[in-house]
Amino acid sequence: MRAEFAATLTELAEADPRILLLTGDLGFMALEPFVERFPQRFFNVGVAEQNMVGLATGLAAAGFIPFVYSIVTFASLRPYEFIRNGPILHQLPVRIVGIGGGFEYGTAGVSHYGLEDIGVMRIQPGLTIIAPADFQQTRTALLNSYALPGPIYYRLGKDDKTTIPGLDGRFDLGRAQTIRAGDDLLFVTMGAIASDTAAAAESLVAQGIACTVMVVASVNPAPENDLVEALARFPLVVTVEAHYAVGGLGSLVAEMIAEHKLSCRLVRCAVREAPNGVSGGQAFLHDAHGLSDRCLAQTASREFARVGRRETTFLSNSHST
Amino acid sequence: MRPQLTEDQSVTSPRIRQIILQQSKRANVGHIGSALSIADIVAALYRDVLKIPDLDAPDRDRFILSKGHAVLAVYAALYLRGWLSEAQLDTYCGDGTLLGVHPEHQLRGIDFSTGSLGHGLSFGAGTALAAHLQQLTHRTFALVSDAECNEGSLWEAVMFAAHHRLANLVAIIDLNGQQALGYTEQILGINEMADRWRIFGWDAHEVDGHSISDIAGTIAGLDTTSGPPHVLVARTVFGKGVSYMERQIRWHYMPMSDEQYCQAMAEVGGAL
Repeated sequence: MRAEFAATLTELAEADPRILLLTGDLGFMALEPFVERFPQRFFNVGVAEQNMVGLATGLAAAGFIPFVYSIVTFASLRPYEFIRNGPILHQLPVRIVGIGGGFEYGTAGVSHYGLEDIGVMRIQPGLTIIAPADFQQTRTALLNSYALPGPIYYRLGKDDKTTIPGLDGRFDLGRAQTIRAGDDLLFVTMGAIASDTAAAAESLVAQGIACTVMVVASVNPAPENDLVEALARFPLVVTVEAHYAVGGLGSLVAEMIAEHKLSCRLVRCAVREAPNGVSGGQAFLHDAHGLSDRCLAQTASREFARVGRRETTFLSNSHST
Repeated sequence: MRPQLTEDQSVTSPRIRQIILQQSKRANVGHIGSALSIADIVAALYRDVLKIPDLDAPDRDRFILSKGHAVLAVYAALYLRGWLSEAQLDTYCGDGTLLGVHPEHQLRGIDFSTGSLGHGLSFGAGTALAAHLQQLTHRTFALVSDAECNEGSLWEAVMFAAHHRLANLVAIIDLNGQQALGYTEQILGINEMADRWRIFGWDAHEVDGHSISDIAGTIAGLDTTSGPPHVLVARTVFGKGVSYMERQIRWHYMPMSDEQYCQAMAEVGGAL
């Protein structure tokens, strides 16, 4: 997604002179297209993420649309107070771009894992949050959102090859995208782990379990109508995210269920425990934290056996009351 | 007692000090010593330095009070310039006001909200860089406190501004030697302030922070079109103008009694 980000941003910058790109000394083999095309509009500010966001605040106040770029944790957590006091409180069009959600920087170790960013960003009012699932959706999301008047946080993956089957690059602010339809259970997923979710749904076919899979890339504004409509149709929803369980997509869905008095069972597949110093490849870590397609299918199958189909549980219960 | 404002609208240090005392007394709040410390710097800026033909003019000079807790001095200047009404000023620290103890950009005349130390110079480096990119000649002034130099983020901005030679950025340090809980030398020593900035690549000047002519004259002599960014290390006295507040740590937070208010106003030449 980062190569697609750089390509799309370069394209946008051709037409919009307000666009600037700042990096905290990251983006090797990613940002070059922009740097080569617009050297005067690119600033490597050094390893100084707080100042990067402060600079972007001043630049945006003067009419620019600055994109600030770093790895998820360094883009979100390190300058968090600057993001709050700068672009959010001033409602300025700063774009914070975090690369590598969840365990994408697997062997780099725990310091590089993006496990809290959606949670801490989601509590801030007035911040648009976009977490695309693949590079095609990254492009559409960027095209559809970059000129919004307020600040945006983009959580982008490193993968520029994988496409999510059925997504076809669709993105609408405030909407979710359904990439697979089935009547038995609902998966709701966010970010690059949508590919594992889609694979889990596919593998459940062999067990006779038909899944609907929804991708939430527009985290804020949340796709409330789409989610509520879907959640009301299923007795079981499984959320999937490469993020801690608190504050992310699962929390968002839980809020929807509670606030709309829905009766579905929610199972949140997310990172439950700190990595405790253990690193490795992304696939290993997904498996270790119950997020591989295999684990997701197991969890969904087990919970489905408990909850059952709507006709035999939710509906009959409803009718009997 | 209900302090009365006078008719004198000129931006002078005594008028700024009187308004600081009047509003602090009316609202019964502190941060008085910090505001008094910068009264002359603010008077110099708003009387002689800042080119602000219109508060919305894109090419107006920008001013960022990075040490936001002293903003009452700036409210006073905005009032004296006619950009803030007396009715607005009288909402200071009231319920529903835009005039809190720290500045909010929603108030006309305030370029950036501040209050958390270590932010303002980065914002200012951003507006200075923007002016450079837009080929505009306006300048950005950021007033920081000496204790604010405890913040690592400030030095990130210092390095950036020097590296990019933001000649249109002027930092002013209110070097009063005090911070919330003590004297700076006792808490986190930061001596040789001007040299520290010089070694980071800034054009540093030491000035008397209570001399409007020294402050305004030094700024008038700066080359803000090319070269390094500038810093004025302004030697000040915390609580300047009110004898019992000067260099006293407790006046970072304390409000005044009626008796203390009468004495303070007398010392700054104000009418009760």
